[in-house]
Amino acid sequence: MTQRKTFSWLFWLRTLTAWGVTFLLFFPLGWLVLTAFKTELQAISVPPLVFFTPTLENFEIVQERSDYMLYATNSLITSVASTILGLALAFPAAYAMAFFKGKYTKDILMWMLSTKMMPAVGALVPVYVMAQTSGLLDTRTGLVIVFTLSNLPIMVWMLYSYLKEIPAEILEASRMDGATLWNEFRYVLLPLTMGGLASTGLLTLVLSWNEAFWSLNLSAAKAGTLATLIASYSSPEGLFWAKLSAASFMAIAPIVVFGWFSQKQLVQGLTFGAVK
Amino acid sequence: MNRFIPRALMAPAVISLFLWMIVPLVMTIYFSLIRYNLMQPDQTGFIGLENFEYFMTDPSFGTAVMNTLLLLGSVILITVVLGTLLALLIDEPFPGRGLVRILLISPFFVMPTVNALLWKHMMMNPIYGVLAQVWIFFGGTPVDWLTDFPLFSVIVIVSWQWLPFATLIFITSLQSMNREQLEASRMDGANYLQQLRYLYLPHLARSVAIVVMIEMIFLLSVFAEIYTTTGGGPGDASTNVAFLIFKQALLNFDAGVASAGALFAVVLANIAAVFLIRMVGKNLDK
Repeated sequence: MTQRKTFSWLFWLRTLTAWGVTFLLFFPLGWLVLTAFKTELQAISVPPLVFFTPTLENFEIVQERSDYMLYATNSLITSVASTILGLALAFPAAYAMAFFKGKYTKDILMWMLSTKMMPAVGALVPVYVMAQTSGLLDTRTGLVIVFTLSNLPIMVWMLYSYLKEIPAEILEASRMDGATLWNEFRYVLLPLTMGGLASTGLLTLVLSWNEAFWSLNLSAAKAGTLATLIASYSSPEGLFWAKLSAASFMAIAPIVVFGWFSQKQLVQGLTFGAVK
Repeated sequence: MNRFIPRALMAPAVISLFLWMIVPLVMTIYFSLIRYNLMQPDQTGFIGLENFEYFMTDPSFGTAVMNTLLLLGSVILITVVLGTLLALLIDEPFPGRGLVRILLISPFFVMPTVNALLWKHMMMNPIYGVLAQVWIFFGGTPVDWLTDFPLFSVIVIVSWQWLPFATLIFITSLQSMNREQLEASRMDGANYLQQLRYLYLPHLARSVAIVVMIEMIFLLSVFAEIYTTTGGGPGDASTNVAFLIFKQALLNFDAGVASAGALFAVVLANIAAVFLIRMVGKNLDK
């Protein structure tokens, strides 16, 4: 009897603490969403307002002032395109490394990861010069190429760790039955790795959507992504909290909701399948 | 044929990544050895190691290196410790756990520029910010976070962003624990602390290694958060190596010095990579 009592007491303490901590950690984000629906005056009221009549005017103003759709389209196109291109480059490589392991496979994998260790800013001047001379500055193509290359090491690693788990016998069996490389890929490998491809794609999508460094430095009015749009609100003249919040809300909502649905795949991908 | 196909399949990724690495690297080495300031285009020519000397003797240099390491170390420490506690807290079922999970993970999907602006304006603003209001409510004096504690503020912002990531990985790892083993240990009279020490924490070791690895890759080059909040200041108080190079390149227009700095960052990254490879090699080979 007493034991049950302590159990339920602990149970409610745990529940309350969990909800309390969650409230604190989510608060800044929740506040951003609230502020997006306030007027500018309500946004900076002291003490802060929790109850108010919500308004949609900020969303309209952001639309009118800065052509949100253009930035959103740029974000969508660059992240989807770089994800597809990345998968197309990474998958064959990961396949070769997982099933035809050579003497240098491990070294190549480590080398790929090490290219990711260098701060992007280290390559800024050369990449900027190259983008400028090739006319790719402030173009979606330029951003797609840069996003793809900077995500490629992680993509190869993720796919490699998935493919490694597939027993080579399955592939050998299909080869014995006379399957061509394409058929083997299409009917044996692809169904088995859909999960891996999905998580890799999801993570790349999130990373490219949120990428700020290259988009801030290589794009402007034409190819600017949502990250660029938000950064423009950090200048003093753009400093209106309600509008900033509305713009931010529109920039993050798609990818956050997307992230909620794909967290399981993301974990598998991010930990290279080592944490299940 | 059996040798050719794997190489052909690897070639596109390896070649493009190799170019992505080597072309900027060679150009950077070249720029670092010449006088290359966009504001003084007439002054050119080979100057040897002068750019390196200039970058490394810059008073900001030591601060930037220290800040980089401090930022990396404290964010990793904060996220691993708090992430473990949080994961243990929500490991067992309770009402609304699904929703808690979703809310907790959200900051990770928010773009760094938004995170930074949100904290800068709505949380840390010394007059209207929520934190200032909380301070006033409890009778304290509001703090001008970004001016008075710039590096600390950046650490808070970056930790807030990466804590969900660590929590998510740890909770997933905890869910895969052997429940029967836990039950058996409880039967044998182990208390929670003993379970923690001998069952939970050893089980988490591998995911800790992975979290440290991924965070190291991303945190060495923190940029957007500093760019949008403090701009590296006041002074150099929140400048890290990545931001210092950026300052040289785009604010001082000195591509030569920036390139020398970039090469230094490569060295720093490689030192970190050596540590990583040891750790990852040990943990992922199993």
